[in-house]
Amino acid sequence: MIVLRLPGGLSLRLRARALAVGAGIALLALALGVLALAGGEQLLRPADVLRTLTGGGAPADRFIVLDLRLPRLATALGVGAALGLAGAVCQALLRNPLGSPDVLGFTQGAATGGLTVVVLGGSSLALGAAAVAGGLATGAAVYALAGRRGLSGHRLVLVGIGVTAILAGVNGFLLTRAPLMDAARATLWLTGSLDGRGWVNSLPLLAALALLAPAVLAGGRALGVTGMGEDLATALGVPVRWLRPLLLAAAVALVSLAAAAAGPVSFVALTAPHLARRLTRAPGPNLLPATLLGAALLVAADQLAQRAVTGHQLPVGVVTGVLGGGHLVWLLATERRAGRL
Amino acid sequence: MRADTPRLVGRAMTLAYERRTVAEDLTVPVPDGSFTVIIGPNACGKSTLLRALARLLRPAAGAVLLDGADIHRRGTREVARVLGMLPQSSVAPDGITVADLVARGRHPHQGLLRQWSRDDERIVAGAMADTGVADLADRPVDQLSGGQRQRVWIAMALAQQTPLLLLDEPTTYLDIAHQVEVLDLCARLHEEQGRTLVAVLHDLNQAARYATHLVAMRDGAVVAAGEPRRVVTAALVEEVFGLPCRVIDDPETGTPLVVPAARRRVGPAPA
Repeated sequence: MIVLRLPGGLSLRLRARALAVGAGIALLALALGVLALAGGEQLLRPADVLRTLTGGGAPADRFIVLDLRLPRLATALGVGAALGLAGAVCQALLRNPLGSPDVLGFTQGAATGGLTVVVLGGSSLALGAAAVAGGLATGAAVYALAGRRGLSGHRLVLVGIGVTAILAGVNGFLLTRAPLMDAARATLWLTGSLDGRGWVNSLPLLAALALLAPAVLAGGRALGVTGMGEDLATALGVPVRWLRPLLLAAAVALVSLAAAAAGPVSFVALTAPHLARRLTRAPGPNLLPATLLGAALLVAADQLAQRAVTGHQLPVGVVTGVLGGGHLVWLLATERRAGRL
Repeated sequence: MRADTPRLVGRAMTLAYERRTVAEDLTVPVPDGSFTVIIGPNACGKSTLLRALARLLRPAAGAVLLDGADIHRRGTREVARVLGMLPQSSVAPDGITVADLVARGRHPHQGLLRQWSRDDERIVAGAMADTGVADLADRPVDQLSGGQRQRVWIAMALAQQTPLLLLDEPTTYLDIAHQVEVLDLCARLHEEQGRTLVAVLHDLNQAARYATHLVAMRDGAVVAAGEPRRVVTAALVEEVFGLPCRVIDDPETGTPLVVPAARRRVGPAPA
């Protein structure tokens, strides 16, 4: 435990281990980012990448790094960070490691909204708006069906699984109604893919992250106290009644905008917070480590998707789906053994 | 505010969960500086009353007044600096240590940029010392025994440093030795630190021994309130609990001791 005290009554309390883990993950994300900018059909040296990023570099390098690869990397970092943060918030609110936006149906709801625009046609702004509307509507529905008597326990998870199943049906219906070309495009989008992502896809998400992430992170301490039960949290002065729906809405908005940017990339929101908690071993919601780890995981998964099969790029959602699905199975098994399921 | 009005009063409250009304027109003043214990049979509304006093349940009618003002009109954080509450079901986060859990009691006094002042450090250490859990500071809470864990929760509530502290059945799930240990601790906190304590207890004899002010409830109404000696009589116990009994002096403390009437005698009759 590190305590910093400044004149004027300011004091910060940091866990040495969490701090080291957070810094390590941030460095990892940075290194993966440089690799992502250097790799591809045209290999660049990392030193050239850094020189280009800081304003130098050859014109050809500038085109490859800044115009071709940086938008994709920015989208990957933004999507991963949003999913990691939203997942950590949901899991802390529900006091359940399975309480991630994927399992609760929020991601699927955003997918339904987005898919409607993909099938009917519309701008990327319309897609973002539709995804957020779909996510928030699903969030409100799940909350109304299960959350009135408190968010804890498995009620919300079970209702979420049901809602996810219904929405999967709706998505299937939308796909069958679409013309063949649109359906192929929509299927790729539904898997979650970073192919051809530009600033126009990621800017709404990055703007929302810049606004929401600091607010949500500032609520991290109160969120940790909320994990001890609604009554005790109220007794300790946490305004649970409005903090909870607000944080949940912020998480749903982040997940939805991430889905709008890259499609409903699965399992990062489930995996990142859980891994972060295991690494830091801190009892709190670990919001910042989960955010950074989400970003690092998605960049790594995208690199894997691009390189795993030579001559053939996979959508990133396939990689996160396979790895994250395995993690979910493992989580279900261990949670069951620990008697929490 | 009149000088003789206590800091915490439930006034003309109607208490209800969704459709079920638990109590109507319930008025309960908590005398300042008292160790108030609420007793009554199961489902008489005693825990509901405590929840209302702790602003965890909003009265359908009437109000809880804290320092003369409606408790629900004050910021929940502001209230948390004056009034603490230890609910019956609290969950310690996985793997949290004793020191970290007790430190969470400081939450209403802290902020984003004021996370751990020297006062926080001193008060948390003091709370752990007062409850005898200082030796356990670095142990994970989920590895402790029931009695130790309950003392850790009380330490957390103490660290909140509120002049008023409410405890919902603090002795449930503890064996008799740990029950006495926890109640002795409460009595010490009441006497030495001058805090006003309100607790819901199941055991009538423990209530009579430790309380300075008893509130006896039945069917959502207060049947009697006052000093244990005045409240605990054979007639009242029969009326409230439906239990025929004798009331004698507790040989240890001289407080009332309830002895339930027996179906038949086993030993020789007393001389």
